[in-house]
Amino acid sequence: MGWLEGRFEESVVTTTLEQAINWARESSMWPMTFGLACCAIEMMATGASRYDIDRFGAGAFRATPRQADLMIVAGTVNFKMAARVRRLYNQMPDPKFVIAMGACTCGGGPYYKYGYNVVKGVDLVVPVDVYVPGCPPRPEALLEGLMRIQDKVRAMKDLTKGQPLEIPIPARTGFTHLPPELSDPDPVKAVEKQNAWAKRNKERAAPAKA
Amino acid sequence: MSPATLQDQTIVEFDVRTDEMLVNMGPQHPSTHGVLRLVLRTDGEVISEVTPHLGYLHRCAEKIGENVMPIQFIPYTDRMDYLAGMNMNLAYSLAVEKLCGMKLPEKANVLRVMIAELNRIASHLVGMGAYGLDLGTFSPFLYAFREREMILDLFEELCGARLTYSYITIGGVHDDLPEGWIDRCKQFLDYFEPRILEYHALLTTNHIFVQRTAGIGILSKELALSHACSGPMLRGSLNRKAGDPEWDLRKLEPYCGYETYDFKVIIPPFDDDYYGVPYRTPRGAVIGDCWHRFYVRMLEVLESIKLIRQAMQRYPSAQGSHRIEPPRHLPGGEAYLETECPRGAMGFYVVGAPNKQAVPLRVRAKSSSFLNLSVTNAICNGCLIADIPAIVGSIDIVMGEIDR
Amino acid sequence: MTASDIITALETKFGTKIKSKSLEAIDPFIVVDPSDLVEVVRHLRDEPTLAFDLLHNISGVDYLEPDPKKAAKAGFEPHLEVVYHLQSFQHRHRLVVKVLLPRWKNDQKGQLPEVPTLTSLYGSANWHEREVYDLVGVIFVGHPDLTRILLAEDWEGHPLRKDYEFPLEYHGIRGR
Ligand code: SF4
Repeated sequence: MGWLEGRFEESVVTTTLEQAINWARESSMWPMTFGLACCAIEMMATGASRYDIDRFGAGAFRATPRQADLMIVAGTVNFKMAARVRRLYNQMPDPKFVIAMGACTCGGGPYYKYGYNVVKGVDLVVPVDVYVPGCPPRPEALLEGLMRIQDKVRAMKDLTKGQPLEIPIPARTGFTHLPPELSDPDPVKAVEKQNAWAKRNKERAAPAKA
Repeated sequence: MSPATLQDQTIVEFDVRTDEMLVNMGPQHPSTHGVLRLVLRTDGEVISEVTPHLGYLHRCAEKIGENVMPIQFIPYTDRMDYLAGMNMNLAYSLAVEKLCGMKLPEKANVLRVMIAELNRIASHLVGMGAYGLDLGTFSPFLYAFREREMILDLFEELCGARLTYSYITIGGVHDDLPEGWIDRCKQFLDYFEPRILEYHALLTTNHIFVQRTAGIGILSKELALSHACSGPMLRGSLNRKAGDPEWDLRKLEPYCGYETYDFKVIIPPFDDDYYGVPYRTPRGAVIGDCWHRFYVRMLEVLESIKLIRQAMQRYPSAQGSHRIEPPRHLPGGEAYLETECPRGAMGFYVVGAPNKQAVPLRVRAKSSSFLNLSVTNAICNGCLIADIPAIVGSIDIVMGEIDR
Repeated sequence: MTASDIITALETKFGTKIKSKSLEAIDPFIVVDPSDLVEVVRHLRDEPTLAFDLLHNISGVDYLEPDPKKAAKAGFEPHLEVVYHLQSFQHRHRLVVKVLLPRWKNDQKGQLPEVPTLTSLYGSANWHEREVYDLVGVIFVGHPDLTRILLAEDWEGHPLRKDYEFPLEYHGIRGR
């Protein structure tokens, strides 16, 4: 606080408004109850007696997105669920944060290869602030992830510097139709484009011949 | 309305005009245990139809099963029913072993029984805690997780994982017990056994809890059989005094040497001293309702403790090794095997390719919660919206197992 | 009753409607034609000495070797099987009933094969049949609500067929 600091009695604390707001924000992160799969059990364990996420001010699990600041996506997101994840994210008030918990949400995890129905990483659907890998991550790892979110909040400068509150949302929404390079008003041409794309991808994915 | 009915004052009282309404519940809802979505057709507060929508956690496990070797598929079985990973490992291993015709040494079987029962306790503890949460009480959850963490510590010593163990594999178990594990397990059981009474005092006999579960969601035996329900769901609807069989696969089609252990199958009624527990059926509870399903689970914990103690006695003198090498290629043919998992009869159907491949031709997981959940519409008919969490919670579903 | 007794009893009752049987298999099974399925299963359920009142599982199995080089050595003709696992609550015996189907009806690609539904006999058949329809692609004729149960409604293809191609994208989310 520079020149102001130490000018008053000891019981007076000086700070900036921004820091005060950030401090309040970081110490009352309200996560949303959003258990999807196995990782949700570890999230529950983090909230339960031994690990006690309440020590970090994030124990008030909210059932509705409208009261939550933090979405812990705990578990596998599949195509049927993706649109729901996106909608829940949109319903949360700003500023909002997302933790991708577990290998599945980081990038498909154990279902990467044969999971025809699994979204290969939740960052294709919502922006992710902190990735917590593991299958499932231990509760300590989730707590660490929470602390990284708190670090992020502490450094927020939206009041003074006008820094944007959230990271940009990915273009793939789960609602939209095909990306422009694959779609065409003419259905025949669109199919041709998609076939070419599929072929190229297949060639790329094929293992190199020795 | 005809004048005849109007004379009855109670009918006038209830004859508030209500509209039919569709209420969507889930997939993100705290009391649907994951990502179940229910569409309720209600008339005021009264439910007339419940349509469950599944598939929000479909993770293609069966497709993976036919692309990887059986031993590689073991980790995926934990992730199916993530509350009872060990039991699922066991179910799949047994199915593959049945296909290959393997006979396991005694030590492997003793270890399997011990571990599977320990996991059953952990699973039922979560079931109890989460059921409390559904009904709006938070403290049983904390108590249940306190004890569950101790079981997880034991498991962590065994295999290093807290939730997804892959400890029981094809041909036995992955490793022998670490030194001193038996003593620590004994210590835990001695600590745990008196705690169960605490749960009963806290939840089972709680007046509000009884009011919300007794006489709600009654599942008749006929309906349960028609939908092939299993596990506590079916057992809660049977009647020991009417001569119903003890429908527990551990007794009926014993595997892993369960026939040599001494334990009881929990079947209502609970109005006498047969099971040696101090609590009796509360007023209003009838066989087949939510309270009975819940109580069957709670008593199974006691039986599991008995089983673990017996297995621990046998362990030092058990013959053979903890694991034998499985054959490299699966033989042709098919095998279907059901085991008693905490949620019911979990069946695996493994088809080996006729020309002896390392990967099976087809793996089918018949999930118990899938069938248990399919009765929801029938048993929810005519109940109130607030009863839905109580009923769905008493089925004790795990979505990972239903959608696979 | 042992499996051989059950199958003998069935053969005396139905004669040639039991297409084939296997007692040596790990789980003994019989094979029936789709048109006879309901009749045979109803008899299995209602006859007091058999009393198969539990239908545990319905699974569809796709017998196909997708690699044409290995197809000759695969040891089977390409076909689909629908497998029913039955058990009796009273007598506790088990039996497997199988129905063999062509992979495509009339051998025209895209036309799903058909089996009569068992929903009138067993409550558990309802969801299982929907699942088999969803993942393997078998139509159960007469099913009250034959829609996809696990995958999204607008999903294309039936993933548990061996020649299924994984989707590249679904509603704008890349699949691989
Ligand atoms: S990361 Fe692992 S534990 Fe977590 S949801 Fe995915 S499979 Fe389950």
